[in-house]
Amino acid sequence: MFEIIKTPKIDFIGKRNIAFMASGIFIAIGIVALIQIARGAINLGIDFSGGTSVHLKFEKPIPMDHARKILEQSGLKDVDLQDFPAENKLLIRIKKSDIETGKVSENIVRIFSEGFSGTKFVVDSTTEIGPKIGKSLQKDALIAVAIATAGILIYIAWRFRFKFGVAATIATFHDVLFVLGVFYIMNKEINLLLITALLTIAGYSLTDTVVVFDRIRENMKLRYKEPIPLVINSSINEVLSRTIITAGTTFLAATALFFFGGEVIHDFAFAILIGIAIGTYSSIFIASPILVVWKGRLRK
Amino acid sequence: MKKGLRWRFSLIGAVVIFAIIFFLPSTPVFKAMPEWWGKNLPNRGITLGLDLQGGMHLVFEVDGEKAVDSAVERTASGIRQLLTEKKIRFTAIKRSGFTGIEITHPSESSTQIKKVVENNYPSLRIKDAGKSRLNLILADKESEKIKETATEQALETIRNRIDQFGVAEPVIHRQETNQIVVQLPGIKDPQRAIDLIGKTALLEFKLLDEESPVAAQLPASIPSGGEEKLLSEFKDRIPEGDEILFERVVDKETGRVSKRPYLAKKRAVLTGDVLTEARVNIDTRYNEPYVSVSFDSEGAKIFERVTGENVKKRMAIILDNNIYSAPVIQERIAGGHAQITGRFTENEAKDLAIVLRAGALPAPINMLQNVTVGPSLGQDSIDAGVKAGMIGAIAVILFMVIYYRLSGVIADFAVFLNVIILLGALAWFNATLTLPGIAGIILTIGMSVDANVLIFERIREELRLGKTVRAAIDAGYKKAFLTIVDSHVTTLITAAVLFQFGTGPIKGFAVTLSLGVMINLFTSMMGTRVVFDLITSKRALKRLSI
Repeated sequence: MFEIIKTPKIDFIGKRNIAFMASGIFIAIGIVALIQIARGAINLGIDFSGGTSVHLKFEKPIPMDHARKILEQSGLKDVDLQDFPAENKLLIRIKKSDIETGKVSENIVRIFSEGFSGTKFVVDSTTEIGPKIGKSLQKDALIAVAIATAGILIYIAWRFRFKFGVAATIATFHDVLFVLGVFYIMNKEINLLLITALLTIAGYSLTDTVVVFDRIRENMKLRYKEPIPLVINSSINEVLSRTIITAGTTFLAATALFFFGGEVIHDFAFAILIGIAIGTYSSIFIASPILVVWKGRLRK
Repeated sequence: MKKGLRWRFSLIGAVVIFAIIFFLPSTPVFKAMPEWWGKNLPNRGITLGLDLQGGMHLVFEVDGEKAVDSAVERTASGIRQLLTEKKIRFTAIKRSGFTGIEITHPSESSTQIKKVVENNYPSLRIKDAGKSRLNLILADKESEKIKETATEQALETIRNRIDQFGVAEPVIHRQETNQIVVQLPGIKDPQRAIDLIGKTALLEFKLLDEESPVAAQLPASIPSGGEEKLLSEFKDRIPEGDEILFERVVDKETGRVSKRPYLAKKRAVLTGDVLTEARVNIDTRYNEPYVSVSFDSEGAKIFERVTGENVKKRMAIILDNNIYSAPVIQERIAGGHAQITGRFTENEAKDLAIVLRAGALPAPINMLQNVTVGPSLGQDSIDAGVKAGMIGAIAVILFMVIYYRLSGVIADFAVFLNVIILLGALAWFNATLTLPGIAGIILTIGMSVDANVLIFERIREELRLGKTVRAAIDAGYKKAFLTIVDSHVTTLITAAVLFQFGTGPIKGFAVTLSLGVMINLFTSMMGTRVVFDLITSKRALKRLSI
């Protein structure tokens, strides 16, 4: 047998205070990110804020200064330029435009075909989202998160005990907040694709937690005379190799997406990558210790 | 071989064969298949999302307020006409507020007016406002109904236009109360499509008022964009019942656009609803396309009468408040045909004919969302997705073999089954594959080994306890079962939520994720088990390569 760790006996529960402290910081950052989202003071994607984005693909490299200059001259305000030099691609974004939907992208394409008359380009994609849609998408996303949370809580409370459900939900929120916090700190865009990634992470993290919980429950029945922290600790150790292997294979797949999936999916894959790492951490260091710290009946 | 084993093998075999049959139409191989195949077996396959094949996703909002506004306007002029016909005296009829009409009248006609309104406009609520004034207000329920009908009609009209425009597999449906979603896959000329859908296409024929001295004061031409200025200049001079409309003039040589103002009667002689046919013809003299329209019998009669009464005068042909042409009526025009000329390109003429045939929108629509993906980006995304998928799959497969040896190969067999069945299931549901959907498949590959890892780790534990191979396998599967179910259901919950709230690409992701999870459950409980049973059924294994 080829094993990563031979019958581990790590004292995870004993390190819970360090973990809680670290996670407290993560959650604080995540909450700051949430507040900033509510205030609109964050890099919100145009899915939510409304606005225009145009992807252009040029046949040869173009000077960014010139692109910036012609946009400025045309009087477009708050233009955000991002270039992908490897593929001669340019992403132009304008948020919260008051101009009628449908006119901005037309304008941008015109400005570039006049300003770069010598260089041919194709329009890879244009996205224009009116403020109304942005608002309703924001609302939908919030509702989705709420429903998912409630569904998970109910399922776990039914399959285990209420306390397990709460612990799993806290751990899941922890992970989602963490990834959100990372995106906020890195000033990456918060868009619909990220919300998708966050819900996927929630599902993944939960799976991880459930596996640990299942073993805890099983061991509690078998070893009902032992103190609970001990049972929980050895349960985590027993499933540790599974936790690491599954995290590993999923990480491999997400890494492939991150490096080879193309620019559209890049941030999505990035979110999944850190989500896998944090989801694994939280099922060990957060979800299970909560069961220990929270006094009350655990055994059925 | 045990009986149960044979049965399970056949089931897996059948599922795989079905999956392949369903998935085949989505591959290039399908073109090479014999003809009977396409006729008798599934031929639809997986649909590519707009983000993969390129195309447009548009959301429009129907301006229901405008529909209510014009309904009130129509009602007001209808009442005016009725009262005039019945020779009931009134002083003035004008709009008051958004849904109100105010009638001022000599006190003796009050009851008569009320009666006429009650009989003909049951949706109006009547209020006395002093002796000589009546207030009519459109009931809220009625204005809701108008908005609702406007959206329904707009949906129908847009559907007609798209049908005639010719887009393969468009998706047109209503969302929320007054929004219309239009998806046009693989479209080449996005701007043309937007223009076509967005045109209100209200066609009107109006007589020009050339007798008024104001008509002579109008400049022959103004630069494009100067309309507002001209209108405010003439605001107080426009005769009662007239309005200023503009014709768009393009200079053939310089290509410069200018506007030519006309003074026209407000009342339309005829509107587009009498149209029965609109066709593109080519003027042989100038080789210019024009649109010829035909009226129904009622419209033809009116047109004949009006042209007969107004020979040598000019009649403007107006679409969405823009004059297209204003020809001089040479003679009484019988037969119910007219021509709309206006220096069109062929596509412009074609689109004009389409919107005229499909009818006018009952109210203007505003574009709320426009996502357009070029076809080259779509292909790039597919290529990148396939590449990432291959690399991810190979990495996972290699890892499993290295870590679990022969059992790893069995787990890889499950991965392989998963992917094939997932592709088949996507094709079976005729699901839409999107870029996040591809990401979903790749993630499923990563997670698909999870169930097997759970089982294998259990088996290892049992082996460590000294159980026989056979017993360890049985115990491993049994103990892992509930955990696997739990972990799959939780993922399924989030996938279901994603499906419910997601649109477009995200829905695609949710579909692959939830299908992947369910298939995973099947392959891990059935697929790998059957292989283990096969290995252990022939002879008792002393050691398991795990």
